[in-house]
Amino acid sequence: MITRRSFCKKSLLIAGGLAVPLAALELFDPRKLLAEKDQKGPRWVFLVDTRKCVGCGFCVKGCKVENEVPYDANVTRTWVERYVVTNDGKTHIDSPKGARDGFPEKGIDIGHGKLEEIRDEDIEKAFFVPKLCNQCDNPPCVQVCPVGATYQTADGVVLVDRKWCIGCGYCIMGCPYGVRFFHPVYHVAEKCNFCYHRITKGMQTACVDSCAFGARRVGNLRDPEDPVTKVIMTERVNVLKEEYGTKPQVFYLGLSKEVK
Amino acid sequence: MVHGEAWTIKEFFTYPNEYIYWTIQIVMYPFMTGLVAGAFVLSSLYHVFGVKQLKDIARFSLVFSFALLPVAMLPLLMHLQQPFRGIEVMMTPHFTSAIAAFGIVFSTYGMIVASELWFVYRKHFVETAQELKALPQPGAVDKLRCILFSVLTLGAWDVSHEALEADERAVKKLAAAGIPVACFLHGYAGFIFGSVKANALWMTPLMPVIFICSAVVSGIALCILTYILTMEIRKQLSLRRRLAHPEIPSMEELKSAEAHVVAMTSRYLLMFMVAAITLELLDLIFRGYTAVKSWDILRSVIYERDFVNIFVIQYGLGNLVPFFLFLIPGLTIRRATVGTVLVLLGVFMMRWNVVIGGQAFSSSFSGFMHYVLPIWPTSMETLKEGLFGALIVAIVPFCIFYVLNKVMPVFKKA
Repeated sequence: MITRRSFCKKSLLIAGGLAVPLAALELFDPRKLLAEKDQKGPRWVFLVDTRKCVGCGFCVKGCKVENEVPYDANVTRTWVERYVVTNDGKTHIDSPKGARDGFPEKGIDIGHGKLEEIRDEDIEKAFFVPKLCNQCDNPPCVQVCPVGATYQTADGVVLVDRKWCIGCGYCIMGCPYGVRFFHPVYHVAEKCNFCYHRITKGMQTACVDSCAFGARRVGNLRDPEDPVTKVIMTERVNVLKEEYGTKPQVFYLGLSKEVK
Repeated sequence: MVHGEAWTIKEFFTYPNEYIYWTIQIVMYPFMTGLVAGAFVLSSLYHVFGVKQLKDIARFSLVFSFALLPVAMLPLLMHLQQPFRGIEVMMTPHFTSAIAAFGIVFSTYGMIVASELWFVYRKHFVETAQELKALPQPGAVDKLRCILFSVLTLGAWDVSHEALEADERAVKKLAAAGIPVACFLHGYAGFIFGSVKANALWMTPLMPVIFICSAVVSGIALCILTYILTMEIRKQLSLRRRLAHPEIPSMEELKSAEAHVVAMTSRYLLMFMVAAITLELLDLIFRGYTAVKSWDILRSVIYERDFVNIFVIQYGLGNLVPFFLFLIPGLTIRRATVGTVLVLLGVFMMRWNVVIGGQAFSSSFSGFMHYVLPIWPTSMETLKEGLFGALIVAIVPFCIFYVLNKVMPVFKKA
């Protein structure tokens, strides 16, 4: 017959005994071990030079083909926005089909298939801004995923596990940049991942390769010799929507205040 | 076609991937959990705070809250792109997400309501099982019912005075524990929206509190409405059956009981309504006064595009009109019915204006999106996230309530 005293003693012993191997998990945290060895991998960042972008949309085409986002679906991992500022102080913005075919119409697409024509003499300035996932250092999409299907890799890129995503759309709601959408074929959250399958093999992203004007560049922020890093460290770069505290890692040269 | 394209109309500049991703089912979700939480709070007013006047409706609302519970999950499942993976929220929760708490809060709440119901109905289970056992020649249905009720007693057959008193104490404790959990269940639904920093309309710390107050309002309103409906049915039945069964309460008895319960309950409805409207208006005034970057686009959504939805239907028809209907002395059943229906409409529109209104503008603050509710389903998607999907969600709790009422009769005198 077990007494209350011995029951308590034995329970404590078992609990203590179980705690030891569990503590080992903390002792041998693989990430900590890796950090101690000082084998820091890359931190992928992106540099967009808006002054070089001509709005041809080749980057969008290249991305859609490379990443198997259905060509005619009205969603895209990357897109180009056109900004036209008129002399009445108004900003006109559009991105027809994400600028997959560039900007074939001169008029500004205002939805419902309607175009707003702007006279040349009314235009103060006009420019193009390519957009893609900012691979934030503090990604709100990763924070809100209820099942951990979207996660940040050690090299800073935010990925989606297509086998685990439940398709609730919370990450789409949580992204202030609107880069996420539901993949029309897989029916899970989809986003730009800096062509992770390419950059991890030493290649460029599809959009960088498609850009004939050098407006897009991908680089490693942990490498001080990387030309992209040098630009980010020495020149006047800006990021999008800093006020959300997401710490975006896509840097822009020549960003204007009108850019949303 | 891309998910969301079927019901989204874009105007001016929106990001290419922006659509109305959270649709009618996400409107139904906080509406249904609100009803669950509200119905439970109403029953707790009697069990915990001893508000004797609510005795009749307390049992009713407890069972109804239980019937609504599984339905709170249904709209979420219908909305998921991968519904079969929905269980992963419970299996592999990622706790930095507000949605991940769902499994824990929901099952805790479910267990509390289930155990409270068990203590309330234990006597009934035991008595029914014993009656069925005593039958000289039980039929197949009687045998099945006997097994069911025997199982439901969970082996606790003691119905002595002391045992029943212990039951009552347990009910009181569970109801007390249930109030914060019910508020949490719904407050966290508000947190899901309030914590989305990317959405200018949703992001406010007041959101959970606003949700709780309007939840209690809607829960009480639905309980009053369903109570009135069932009492009307009982009145009709009593007219027909009273000749054969004189023990059934008479028409007059039912009428006076009904009027009394409705009058008492509607007072609590009014109190919570005042709290809910105060908070909502505070939020609106604060936004206008501080007028941060997003205010320009919010103002055009609130005062122009959604004006009818917000000020005419939600505040006018859903709050102001029922407020006066309940305040005018000499509350009649007919007026209470109209009032509660309007209150429910008002709370539904509040959810609508939050969920759909929050997506009515682009996060570029330069364009708008208009939601067109799919009426006739042309695909699985428009069925699930259209009018019919919402109707399914709205009807199911009443079906469950019908079944539950067979096992746990809400009107049987304790």
